[in-house]
Amino acid sequence: MDTPVLSIRDLSVAIPTRHGVVRPVDGVSYDISAGEILGVVGESGAGKSMAGNAVIGLLTPPAHISKGEIWLNGRRIDQAKGEAMRRLRGKEIGMVFQDPLTSLNPLLSIGDQLTETMLTHLPISAAEARRRAVAALEEVGIPGAAERVNSYPHEFSGGMRQRVVIALALCCEPSLVIADEPTTALDVSVQAQIISLLKGLCRDRGTAVMLITHDMGVIAEATDRVAVMYAGRLAEIGAVQEVLTAPEHPYTHGLMASTPLASLGKGRLHQIPGAMPRLDAVPEGCAFHPRCPYATDQCRKPPAPIATDGRAACWHPLIDKPLVNQEGA
Amino acid sequence: MSDTPLQVKGQSRWRQAAQSDLFYSFKRSPVAVISAVVVLVLVLAAVFAPLIAPTNPFDPATLNLMNGFTPPMQPNAFTGQTFMFGTDDQGRDVFSTILYGMRISLFVGLAAVLFAMVLGITLGLISGYVGGWVETIIMRTADVQLTFPSILVAMLIFGVAKGVTPVEYRDQMAIWVLILAIGLSDWVQFARVVRGATLVEKNKEYVQAARLIGRRPGAIMLRHILPNVMSPVLVIATISLALAIIAEATLSFLGVGAPPTQPSLGTLIRIGQGFLFSGEWWILMFPALTLLLLALSVNLLGDWLRDALNPRLR
Amino acid sequence: MLAFIIRRVGQSLLVLLMVGLVAFSMFRFVGDPIDNMLGQERTAEDIDRLRAQLGLDQPFVVQYYKFLESAVQGNFGISYRQGRPVIDILLERAPATLELAAVSGFFAILFGIAFGVFTAIRRKGALANVIMSVSLIGVSLPTFLVGVLLIYLFSVELGWLPSFGRGDTVSLGAWSSGLFTESGLKALILPSITLGLYQMTLIMRLVRSEMLEVLRQDYIRFARARGLRDRVVNFRHALKNTLVPVVTVIGLQLGSIIAFAIITETVFQWPGAGLLFINAIQFVDIPVMAAYLMLISVMFVGINLLVDILYFFIDPRLRIERSGGH
Repeated sequence: MDTPVLSIRDLSVAIPTRHGVVRPVDGVSYDISAGEILGVVGESGAGKSMAGNAVIGLLTPPAHISKGEIWLNGRRIDQAKGEAMRRLRGKEIGMVFQDPLTSLNPLLSIGDQLTETMLTHLPISAAEARRRAVAALEEVGIPGAAERVNSYPHEFSGGMRQRVVIALALCCEPSLVIADEPTTALDVSVQAQIISLLKGLCRDRGTAVMLITHDMGVIAEATDRVAVMYAGRLAEIGAVQEVLTAPEHPYTHGLMASTPLASLGKGRLHQIPGAMPRLDAVPEGCAFHPRCPYATDQCRKPPAPIATDGRAACWHPLIDKPLVNQEGA
Repeated sequence: MSDTPLQVKGQSRWRQAAQSDLFYSFKRSPVAVISAVVVLVLVLAAVFAPLIAPTNPFDPATLNLMNGFTPPMQPNAFTGQTFMFGTDDQGRDVFSTILYGMRISLFVGLAAVLFAMVLGITLGLISGYVGGWVETIIMRTADVQLTFPSILVAMLIFGVAKGVTPVEYRDQMAIWVLILAIGLSDWVQFARVVRGATLVEKNKEYVQAARLIGRRPGAIMLRHILPNVMSPVLVIATISLALAIIAEATLSFLGVGAPPTQPSLGTLIRIGQGFLFSGEWWILMFPALTLLLLALSVNLLGDWLRDALNPRLR
Repeated sequence: MLAFIIRRVGQSLLVLLMVGLVAFSMFRFVGDPIDNMLGQERTAEDIDRLRAQLGLDQPFVVQYYKFLESAVQGNFGISYRQGRPVIDILLERAPATLELAAVSGFFAILFGIAFGVFTAIRRKGALANVIMSVSLIGVSLPTFLVGVLLIYLFSVELGWLPSFGRGDTVSLGAWSSGLFTESGLKALILPSITLGLYQMTLIMRLVRSEMLEVLRQDYIRFARARGLRDRVVNFRHALKNTLVPVVTVIGLQLGSIIAFAIITETVFQWPGAGLLFINAIQFVDIPVMAAYLMLISVMFVGINLLVDILYFFIDPRLRIERSGGH
């Protein structure tokens, strides 16, 4: 595909607080093409969910987009207001939240929740919407869809509910799906199923996916490219195989080395000393420099390095230093 | 739950109160401060009524029937006396009747809450500590009583008590019957809270220790458990006071409360309503406005108090 | 579900029996039960017959049972004050109270929900703040004070509306209604406002706080993420979920409206059952008091029961839990 489905350019989200302005997203840029799954990974508080919220226009005030542009299918949308944005949501951009239990209205049947979404965006009749609702449930693997369509959310198990949520996100055939920690609230055994379902459905339809997670296993399993976020900034972005086996940013390197598998046989789990800075106290220059073993004077002073596809946000990227003892990603 | 003793040792209670979080949030809320001031002024006016009131409206010797129906701030046609709020049909100075009326209102309110507290705490302690069928009976009765609005319960109790009082004594006893009625309609919430807290305290070590020593249940309940359950009780008590004052006013207005010989604000309003259409509006309006002021400030204060104390209770 | 209903009905009956006991004790021990039942015009034979009927020498429980038996048949004795059967008087006065309660309740619920939703959706608006402040006053003021002040303003000063009575009424069989005459409707206005104001503010504040809570939920966020219109999100999703807990409270409020009607009826001299009750207390008319007590309890208990069962149908989650799931 030529034009990427989603293109975020130098995006910044600012939240004015008592202690000053906090930037959970600071100058982030990445593209997602049709049929591609981009993983956005980072620790809690790194700002990965905020970028997703900004794209779909659900930032809770006083958080707002302070800089940058968001392009969807060649159209600029970061300045879209109210009604224009509402029409995009659900129709062009689908979203999957973390907790399937609280995402669904307990008092409406899932069939009703599916049909209302479709009737809002698609010029179809109620009967057609109904039919498609059943079809959608079948597609996500709900057994006995024709009967279950009238059931209520609490009558499903956690994994089933998340399937319903995915059905809801996809029912209007959006070109982009933002999945915000879709498996975090699920049992481990169910996580793999959901990920593979999401992956399969999106590949088939050519949907672009922004898969936000803190789970490296999910990244390895499901994504094509991965963006690593740190303190609101993009540390590194590239093909998942490369980033996982030969990361260029010292932070990513530390992350990969910290996985239990990587530490196998070494006795102790590797740790990155220190902690990610709070968003109201981000260091000058490179956000990672206080914890980086390779930091120099250049790293401590502004400007901060920027990540581009294929190059980490680092003045001294670790090129040609593949991780050893990798069991394969 | 309590502050480190070392820190506040040596400071008087007032000092501690002034520095507490509660007082801080009090100072910052204009609504709370204004209502508190209003309540304080009204209470002081009521307490010092004999000193402040120009006349004692219930001493027949000071009354002059010719003074009747004088409009506010205008000299009376016959006697030339002026009254700030006018006079009623008997020639009583309305301002004085309001002051004395407030005394009755506040007295009944306070007494009723105290009665409800004592009754509720006692029953709560017993049902929590003893348990068994005693607890069941007490709590079931409480549940049944709660199905009905307390004002209805108070009315009924008043009616029955009046029924068993000989006619000659009814007016005199009215105030006490009123206190009984409002108190009895209100004990339930105290009992419930105290029972809950007692159940919690009952299993704590200090209670077990007291039992082992051989102290009698009554002593254990009173001297050991009670001090520890007082905190939520006091919160409820303040709010109950506001409700009791309003309940008293309502009952008196309806004619099943303070009699005209010992009128409270509610009674005065009732009497005043009768003169509305003949033009003597002041007999109604001034007591009505006073009650409005009292009810509003007490409620606002209670509202603020409830909000301010809640997170702490949790 | 059946087990649930049976249990609740059982509890209700127990409460009614306890109340009946109180009413019976009043009847039997406060004043003379013979007087209570027969009134002044009676013969020696009446007295003897009644004595046997009431079983005054018999054990307490038997007397209690007989009392309940009479009550269920509608025989509550003779009113001291009026010398007529209590049941007749009550039935005569009931329509006035019921009409007043119905009209007040209707407006209280209508405006309560409307204002509650409005102040929740437009949280920060100036109008919302005004409404909230006024509601605080509505909750703090005693009902009778509101009524008296309304009379002063609209009857005495402005002379627009009547200050007492029902106006002209129309008889529809046994029911006398004030809804069909102009004076009847005018007479309804001030009492309805007085009676309904407190209820309305209560409902409004409840709806507002529940709705604010609901609007914070994830499923509302997800609904917005699916691009549903604001109207749909606010009403189809949020309001529906808000009303579930609110319905119980509204149901219980209906019961207390009847109780507060006593106050309103007194202020406006509205010829209803409430005013009858107050007069009965003033005159220590025991039969009327006991009868009112029992009828009121039946109503309260009945409403509580209905609300519980209704709740069961509204919230699908309860259905599954109670019946054991499938």
